Amino acid sequence: MKTQTYTLNLGPQHPSTHGVFQIVLELDGETVVKATPVPGYLHRGIEKLAEARTYAQVIPYTDRMDYMAGMLMNWGYVAAVEKLMGIEVPERAEYIRVIVGELSRIASHLIATGAYAGDIGGLTGFIYTFRDREDILDMLEMISGSRMTFSYFRIGGVAEDFPAEFFPAVKKFIEKFPSCCDEYDGLITGNEIFQVRTKKVGVITPEAAINYSLSGPVLRGSGINYDMRKARPYSVYDRFDFEVPLGCNGDCFDRYRIRILEMRQSLRIVEQALEQLPEGPIMAKVPKVLKPPAGDAYAEIESSKGLFGAYVVSDGSPKPYRVHFRRPSFINLGYLGKLCEGWKIADVIAILGSIDIVLGEVDC
Amino acid sequence: MGENIFTGIASGLSGLLDGAGVPVLWNDVILMVVKLVAILVFILVNALWLVYMERKVAAYVQCRIGPNRVGPKGLLQTAADIGKLLSKEFTWNKYWDIVPYILAPVLIFVPPFMIYAVLPFGENMAAIDMNIGLFYFAAVASLTSIILWAGGWASNNKYSLVGAMRVVAQMVSYELPLVLALLGVVMLTGTLNMSEIVYAQENVWFIFTQPLAFLIYFVAGLAETNRTPFCLVEGESEIIAGPYTEYSGMGFAMFFLTEYASVMLISAMCTVAFLGGWLAPFGLTFIPSWLWFFLKMYVMIFIFMWVRWTYPRLRVDQLMGFGWKVLIPLCLANIFVTGVGMYIYRAIGW
Repeated sequence: MKTQTYTLNLGPQHPSTHGVFQIVLELDGETVVKATPVPGYLHRGIEKLAEARTYAQVIPYTDRMDYMAGMLMNWGYVAAVEKLMGIEVPERAEYIRVIVGELSRIASHLIATGAYAGDIGGLTGFIYTFRDREDILDMLEMISGSRMTFSYFRIGGVAEDFPAEFFPAVKKFIEKFPSCCDEYDGLITGNEIFQVRTKKVGVITPEAAINYSLSGPVLRGSGINYDMRKARPYSVYDRFDFEVPLGCNGDCFDRYRIRILEMRQSLRIVEQALEQLPEGPIMAKVPKVLKPPAGDAYAEIESSKGLFGAYVVSDGSPKPYRVHFRRPSFINLGYLGKLCEGWKIADVIAILGSIDIVLGEVDC
Repeated sequence: MGENIFTGIASGLSGLLDGAGVPVLWNDVILMVVKLVAILVFILVNALWLVYMERKVAAYVQCRIGPNRVGPKGLLQTAADIGKLLSKEFTWNKYWDIVPYILAPVLIFVPPFMIYAVLPFGENMAAIDMNIGLFYFAAVASLTSIILWAGGWASNNKYSLVGAMRVVAQMVSYELPLVLALLGVVMLTGTLNMSEIVYAQENVWFIFTQPLAFLIYFVAGLAETNRTPFCLVEGESEIIAGPYTEYSGMGFAMFFLTEYASVMLISAMCTVAFLGGWLAPFGLTFIPSWLWFFLKMYVMIFIFMWVRWTYPRLRVDQLMGFGWKVLIPLCLANIFVTGVGMYIYRAIGW
């Protein structure tokens, strides 16, 4: 019997592409012959916009990249500018950054975990993780006044110190959250159908993970022990005791599982940082008008999706000459097309969900 | 009290018509029409209520409140939704095969309705007491797949087509275990008449003598009604809504309501075949038989909803594998064991 393949445009309007992302699938029945990712529907030209803003004015744009973990995006950018200007950030500010950064990471992983359960078909997991993410957003709102686009970081420190009501809230959260993780393990991870759907699906070999420059949970899911916070500690991460969870098969299940384990570790970091939190200023002495010397600087941090890097070029004027961001979601997507080949339509959704992309960051 | 309320109304109406000098034939015709209209109203009201119940159960499972604005406790929410859907414009697209496109949502309600006609809702409360009831159920239930397939094909949408193909594959694969599971019950009773099957459970419900058949029936029933973990036909996160993608307004609502009518049907059949139908357990006969039937049916429906909001979805090849490699061999084993057991019991003379 003569059969032929057909093309299916998965997205940009599709509930499971996590935004306006398109995959052009060439299908043989339900089996994927070829998958072509088509990003770019949310391109806003943030890098170009930054060239017409002062250094401080760029910060709100970074929030809008990975809006699931806005704090971490702020951090990557301000770290690059600080490196360029040689600013020493006060210790208290570094601790505050670690605390809000790790809370942001938990919030981002909660969305990844919940949305992944939704992608596989179990909507209840989605609601459960959102319930707990709400607590984090409340805390971050206390600190910065905003739920998602914080713009809380400043070049040389952070905008404001923790308010008094933050400490009891975060203490309550630290007490409560491990049991929430157990709940996700019970509802999602332990489910037979979930495991059948994700185990041995979309396997990324360690070699491929390195060759395609993958990072974050996607890299560590393949068993490669590389976490910026441990491998090349920045800020004050060398002062905390935490582990880097690793996968062994490199399949969707490992990538999913690592996020839950990472949330537990992030919680440990927050706990330790709160204990060690020193007194002192929260802003370095920086001039009112920032004029970095001509030159360039590149800083990297471990964001929730992988290595987030910011490259800033200065020509000595108050505005950056060029800003470039290394967005982990975008680079992790590079392997998607190859990864999907030979799997079913449902697996494409499972694989895409396990990579955990945010379109604001992919398209920038 | 209340036990004979519906049969009483029917005989009262019959007597009234008789007294008015209506010929016997017309008397029967009118009585049948009244019964069928009553069943139709029953299905529709229940489907509306079930949509509300589903949303409330989902909300309960997901730590939410659920609909609570329209009417007391949000009870009128579905009615308001249907009102909105009815008022929607019918859009027309030249790429659609318009005749099957319109026919599909119209016809989709017919198979469940046809089966309800033979269902005994209580003692002497089947509209038509058919002596091949179970067989008729299996035959008519499989019509649904053709109608869904027609809708998906006529939509001329690739998602719909994939969904339609899944409908056919899934329905055919899971009809077999469904029927084979019921076969165990038929072997024990030696009849296909639903009322007689219920009477045969007077001493012990078949859920206890046929536990494996009950489980298989439940799983296959989930698949037959396209509910999670077998909701591949809709597969919201993959193929968006499958055959329903191109439908809007009341067309979509018909599919939606039919899903609930089917859930109710599968639960009702489960009650008849395994849970003792309208028979009261522990001699609690002061509660009318039809109320028992609803009670058991709603317990089953609740379990259906509970499963839906807990489990994720299988993949299409896993679904087929599970149906053909696990359920059908189990069914055949169950039939074999039942047969051997019956033979041994007879040999002992029990």
